[in-house]
Amino acid sequence: MQSRFDSARKRFIAFVLLGWILLLISDRVGELRNYQGAFVAMYSLAIACLILLTGYSGQLSLGQGALMAVGGYSAALTATKLSWHPVVALIMAVLVAGLFGLIIGFAVARLSGPYLSGTTLALAIALPSLANTFPSLGAEEGIIFDVGKAPTRFGEAFSQYKWFFWISALAALISIWLIANLLASKFGRNWKAIRDNQTAAALSGLNPGRLKVTAFAISSAFSGLAGALLVMLISAVSPSAFPLSLSFLILTGAVVTGVYNLRGVVFGALVLVVIPEIADAVVTSLGGSERLTSTLPGFLVSLLLILAVLFTPNGPGHLIHFRKKNTKK
Amino acid sequence: MTLVVNDLTVDHGSIRAVSSVSFTVPTGQLATIIGANGAGKTTLLRALSGLIQPKSGSATWQSNSILNQPPERLARAGILHVADGKSVIAELSVKENLSLPTLWQRDKKSAKSSLDSVFQIFPRLAERINQNAGTLSGGERQMLAIGRAIVAKPKLLLLDEPSLGLAPLIVEQIFQTIKRLQTEMKLTVVLVEQNAMSALKIADEGIVLNLGKVVAVDSAQKLLNDPAVKAAYLGF
Amino acid sequence: MKLFDTFLTGLSTGSIYSLMSIALVLVWRSTRVINFAQAGQAVLSTYVGYEIIVRTNSFWFGLIAAMIAGAAIGALIDFFFMRALFKRVKSGPIVLVAPVVATLGLLGIIQAITGFIWGLDNKSITPPVTTGGFTIGDRTLPFGPLNLLIVVAVTVSLLILAIIFQRTNIGLSLRASAFSPEISKLSGIKVDAIRTFGWALSGAAGGLAGILFVSNSALNPNAMDVLLVFGFVSAVIGGLDSLIGAVAGGFVLGMAINFAVAYIDTQMIFPTTFLILILVLLLKPSGLFSRSKGRRD
Repeated sequence: MQSRFDSARKRFIAFVLLGWILLLISDRVGELRNYQGAFVAMYSLAIACLILLTGYSGQLSLGQGALMAVGGYSAALTATKLSWHPVVALIMAVLVAGLFGLIIGFAVARLSGPYLSGTTLALAIALPSLANTFPSLGAEEGIIFDVGKAPTRFGEAFSQYKWFFWISALAALISIWLIANLLASKFGRNWKAIRDNQTAAALSGLNPGRLKVTAFAISSAFSGLAGALLVMLISAVSPSAFPLSLSFLILTGAVVTGVYNLRGVVFGALVLVVIPEIADAVVTSLGGSERLTSTLPGFLVSLLLILAVLFTPNGPGHLIHFRKKNTKK
Repeated sequence: MTLVVNDLTVDHGSIRAVSSVSFTVPTGQLATIIGANGAGKTTLLRALSGLIQPKSGSATWQSNSILNQPPERLARAGILHVADGKSVIAELSVKENLSLPTLWQRDKKSAKSSLDSVFQIFPRLAERINQNAGTLSGGERQMLAIGRAIVAKPKLLLLDEPSLGLAPLIVEQIFQTIKRLQTEMKLTVVLVEQNAMSALKIADEGIVLNLGKVVAVDSAQKLLNDPAVKAAYLGF
Repeated sequence: MKLFDTFLTGLSTGSIYSLMSIALVLVWRSTRVINFAQAGQAVLSTYVGYEIIVRTNSFWFGLIAAMIAGAAIGALIDFFFMRALFKRVKSGPIVLVAPVVATLGLLGIIQAITGFIWGLDNKSITPPVTTGGFTIGDRTLPFGPLNLLIVVAVTVSLLILAIIFQRTNIGLSLRASAFSPEISKLSGIKVDAIRTFGWALSGAAGGLAGILFVSNSALNPNAMDVLLVFGFVSAVIGGLDSLIGAVAGGFVLGMAINFAVAYIDTQMIFPTTFLILILVLLLKPSGLFSRSKGRRD
């Protein structure tokens, strides 16, 4: 027991330190880097949610974008229609997306394999069109989501992007810390147990159905938060903010990170932010067309997804681990 | 012109299922591999028919290596494996099950005649020709599984526990048929069995496997009278 | 009268859905993977058909070209990609998710390539017959020559598929390999080659579904995404394993959507689809038309 408390305390200290370092860094880098940093934090959270769901509870969701959309819309509606404080809006995003996940989870989480992946993918494809059908969701133009400027006590020079980064990083740090603790707890072990052998887990007294729905709801809740952060970063929510490619992106991030380990989510998120940069550089150097600009990022993401599945199926961490084992021999 | 297995080792995941097994079955002989549950009998057979890759060792049939070959190629070469659990496709009819090997046979006439010969050996199958295999009784399914192998024109027949879950009377009947097939069609047969008594009665030779290792090889007659084998596997 | 009209349009929509559903079920049966790349395969095949139509001015050449292209793409994907994938990814918990994730990656790659070649804007395919409705007396039906063409084309291809499956040797090989790859191999059937053939059939069905689908709407790299959703839901209604179920599921969904649109609201397409999907998953996960037990694992 002692060691578990120790590791929990270590984790806490690590996260606080990481947060402190991030704040220091944000002071020393430019606007663009701050903005990109905010995206990295948002993606990290989204990837962590998918790792919880797929890597731990064994449910492959292809529609994280849809869950993020639910959070994004809830936050924007709360802030705009109800004019509540942005922090309340973010919390609303968590609650509504969690509830949504719970409902969807009841329908699909008890199923697995093709039904789950197909249904979640169908959700991701259809949700943007669904949003268009309800006028209160703002249709194509969407709804504005403005978290406002940084408090004046941070000083005049405190930029909007830095403020985005602070919010994003803080929200992601707290959430990922919570997720990490959850995965290290009895929940995490039970999820792994049902993932590896559902029948055996059920025989040993676990309730696979309930555990899966719980995982779905929790993953959905935090995905909602990630969606709200995304909407904050692009300052408005509309169907086009949550295309199918967003779900692909998150999945790629998770596979690159290694679906079975939370460590390295930041690496996966960094990759996602770097890819458009690389694509941009390639297009510029080739003097490429508009078509290349619009299709290259998607191509690179998908290629990365396939290569990751083919060559480091259990994540780069697994590869390193495997190499170590081989050299020892 | 024999089946020669030499120093064969097969892993099942991280478990060593078959360890340095060697034996020889001369052409036209019926050899039975007996042993308790988990002795590695099925794994051995699956390696011989190409379903799994062995770790090391060799196995030749008529001087050609049969290891690491795709099972469909071995089947076309006359090495027919009848897996345990009455391996029939429940969703297909009796006729369709039997027709599977005729799908790749060039000579359609002889394919037809081999179907007819199966119906002569197992008249019960002829009665049920259009029924789904899933509706058959356990014994009938076993007949169907063996019948399918016969249609493929076997030279070497690998049978995995044909007696599993069958009533003693049916077992007797199936075993007599196996013996008849061996002599009439001049087949070489490897019969894996837990039912050691019945198997040794029809076999020419017996191989006793325990925890993946060969513990005895002898003529079936001698094994039947061997007190140690009797005590361990025949239940007296 | 409205009842009859809706029934007719439902027939036309449903027939396209059942083709897509068949395309998914064919691969599922042989490979145990829901092939999400099918949306990409279908769109690429349809672009090939589009090019042929532009060049030859013949819809029929385009339709045949789309089917051939679909078959070729399907076979190539299985031969060069899925085989390698199954060989490489053998161990670890990733085994369960790798094939699905890989088909998704393929979908992304195909869509990016089609987008690069043909652009993201809408192209349209001119059907060989008028898109207007038949006229009976002084009434114009919502169902016209194009709808009739779609229903006939799908019916003919379904009949051909049924004959292949029930009456030919390769059909028996396909069924045997789908039900039990191991027994089929032990009976001397080249299961890998048969599976590639199944992918080709599936690709052809997808190509046909694609070109018929866009003859009513517009072609762009994402045009088949929604068709994939409808095809998947149809396949689930049909039980995922059964070809007859896939067809029936397609018609059920097509009818349901058309009736919901006609009697409730034009925005009801996706809500209806999801309602049906969720209801089937909750009440009868094995599908409405499947005799076998539900597959929850």
